[in-house]
Amino acid sequence: MILRLLAVLPFIGILLGVPFVNRVEPLILGMPLVLAWIVFWVVMSAVIMAIVYRFDPANRAAAQPAEEARS
Amino acid sequence: MSSALLIIAAITLVALWLGVRARRGHDMSLEQWSVGGRSFGTAFVFLLMAGEIYTTFTFLGGSGFAYGKGAAAYYILSYATLAYILSYWLLPPIWRYAKANRLVSQPHFLSSKYASPALGVLVAIVDVVALVPYLVLQFKGLGIIVTTASYGVISPTAAIWIGAIVVTAYVTISGVRGSAWNSVLKDVMILAIVIFLGVYLPIHFYGGFSSMFHAIDTAKPGFLTFPEKGASVAWFQSTVLLTALGFFMWPHTFGSIYTARNERIFRRNAAVLPLYQLILLFVFFVGFAATLKVPGLKGSNIDLSLFHLSLQAFDPWFVGVIGAAGVLTALVPGSMILNAAATLLANDVYRGAVDRKAADASVAKLARVLVPIIALVAVFFTLRGGETIVALLLMGYSFVTQLFPAVVTSLAARNWVTKQGAFAGIVAGVAVVAYTTLAHASIGQWFPSLPDKVKDLNIGLVALVINIVVLIIVSAVTQPSAAEQSHARTL
Repeated sequence: MILRLLAVLPFIGILLGVPFVNRVEPLILGMPLVLAWIVFWVVMSAVIMAIVYRFDPANRAAAQPAEEARS
Repeated sequence: MSSALLIIAAITLVALWLGVRARRGHDMSLEQWSVGGRSFGTAFVFLLMAGEIYTTFTFLGGSGFAYGKGAAAYYILSYATLAYILSYWLLPPIWRYAKANRLVSQPHFLSSKYASPALGVLVAIVDVVALVPYLVLQFKGLGIIVTTASYGVISPTAAIWIGAIVVTAYVTISGVRGSAWNSVLKDVMILAIVIFLGVYLPIHFYGGFSSMFHAIDTAKPGFLTFPEKGASVAWFQSTVLLTALGFFMWPHTFGSIYTARNERIFRRNAAVLPLYQLILLFVFFVGFAATLKVPGLKGSNIDLSLFHLSLQAFDPWFVGVIGAAGVLTALVPGSMILNAAATLLANDVYRGAVDRKAADASVAKLARVLVPIIALVAVFFTLRGGETIVALLLMGYSFVTQLFPAVVTSLAARNWVTKQGAFAGIVAGVAVVAYTTLAHASIGQWFPSLPDKVKDLNIGLVALVINIVVLIIVSAVTQPSAAEQSHARTL
C-alpha cells in the first residue's frame, strides 16, 4: 500500500519541480537541463509503475478469481 | 507524379486493404463494430492507448511546436506520462462496469452510472464538439503531407479531400478493427522514421545534440526554457494537469478501454506506455534542428517545419517514405475519431434523445451513414483553417476534460454527486470553454491587474475549477432524501 505513494512522485517532480530546473545549462546527455529533468521523470514513472504492478496483490495470478468476484 | 507521391499512394492502398481485410471473420454487430467484441489483448489495447502519441499531433504538431514555441513543447512529453500513472487505478473500474453493463460508448457510461439519459445526451454532444477539432487537425496534417510530398503539384485543398475520402472509406467498411491493424503498421513505421530523423538531422546539420542546443541557446536565448510570461511555468503546469486529467476522457480513448479482454492489461501497460512516448524526444529534436535551418515559418505554418527540413536533407523517395508514415499518423487516429463521433451521434444522441427504442441494427446502420457527413463537416473547418495543430488539440482537451469530475466521482462506491450536479457542472465548464474559444478571450483580458502567473493559466483548467464548484453546489442542493437514496442503491 505504501508503495502506491511512489506514484505521487512523478506528479511532484513534473508539476512542482520544473520551476526549480528551468535552465539550459548544464546540458545533460546533450539536452537542456529542464528537458532532461522531464525525461528523467518519464523514465522514473515507468520504473515506479513496474514496482507498483509487481507488488500489487490484484495482479497475482491467484488473486484473479477473487478480483472477478468483486466486480 | 513524383516518386514521393507514388510511395505515399502505395502505403495508403495498403492501409485501405488492411482495413477491409480486418473485417473478415467477424459479423459487424454494433458491439463488434465499435469495441471489437471486447476481445483485444495487451498488444492491441496498448496500441490503441498509445494512439494519440503517434498521431499527426506529435509528428507534425510536436515538431512544429518545438520549432515555433521552443520549451512549450515539453508539455507534450509530460502529460501522457501522468495520465498513464492515473490509468493504473482509473481504467480497471471503468472497464469492469462497462463489461458488466455491456456498454459501447462513453455517454452510456455516465448515463448508466447516474441513471440519467439526459446526461448521456449531453456528454455525447460535448464529445462530438471536442472531436471535431481533433479530426480537423488530422485532416490538416494530411493536407500538409500530401502537398509537400507532391512538391506542390497537389493543392492543399485537393489533398484534404483525398485524405477525408480514404478515412471515410475504411471506417465505413471495417470499424475499429481496421484501426487496430493499421496501428501496428503505423507505429512500426513512425518509430523507425522519427528515431532516424531525430538522430540524423541534428548530427547532419549541427554535428551533435550538445552543439545543436548550444547553437540554439546562443542564437535565441531563452528559447529552450520557459519564459516569464506567456508559455510560462504556470502555463506548463496548468496545461499538463488539464491534459493529464483529460487524456482518457476522449470518447475514442474511453471506448478503447472497452476493447480490452481483461483489466490486468491496463495495469501492465501503465508501466510500459511512459517509456514508449520517449519517442517524442526525437520529434522535438527534429523541430529544434529546424529552428535555425529553415527559419521564417510563422503562425500555423510552423507545422510544416519537419517537412521543410526533410526536403532540404533528403532525396524525393525518402521524403515519400516520411510522407507515407505521416499519412498513417493522420489516417489511423482520424478513422478512430470518425468512428467514435459517428457511434456517439447514432447510439447516444439519436437513440438517447430521439428514438429510445431503436434497434441495434438500425443504430449501426445510422452510424455508418453519419461517417461521411461528419467527415464533410471536418473538411469544411479544415479548409477554413488558421490554427496550429497543437492549438486545435488543446481546444478539444479543454472540452473533454470537463467530463473528468463526473466520471471520477461516479467510480466511488457511494457517489455523493447527483445527476443534476454532474449535468450542471459539465454545462458550466463547457460554457466557459466555448465562450473563451469563440471570443478569443483570456484571463488576462478580464483581469489585467492579476499577476502573470495567474494570467498564464490554461483556460481549460479555470473552466474545470468552475465546473467542480458548480457540481458541488448543485449536488448539495439536490441531495435525494434518505428513502430515495436507498431505493436508488438497490437499482
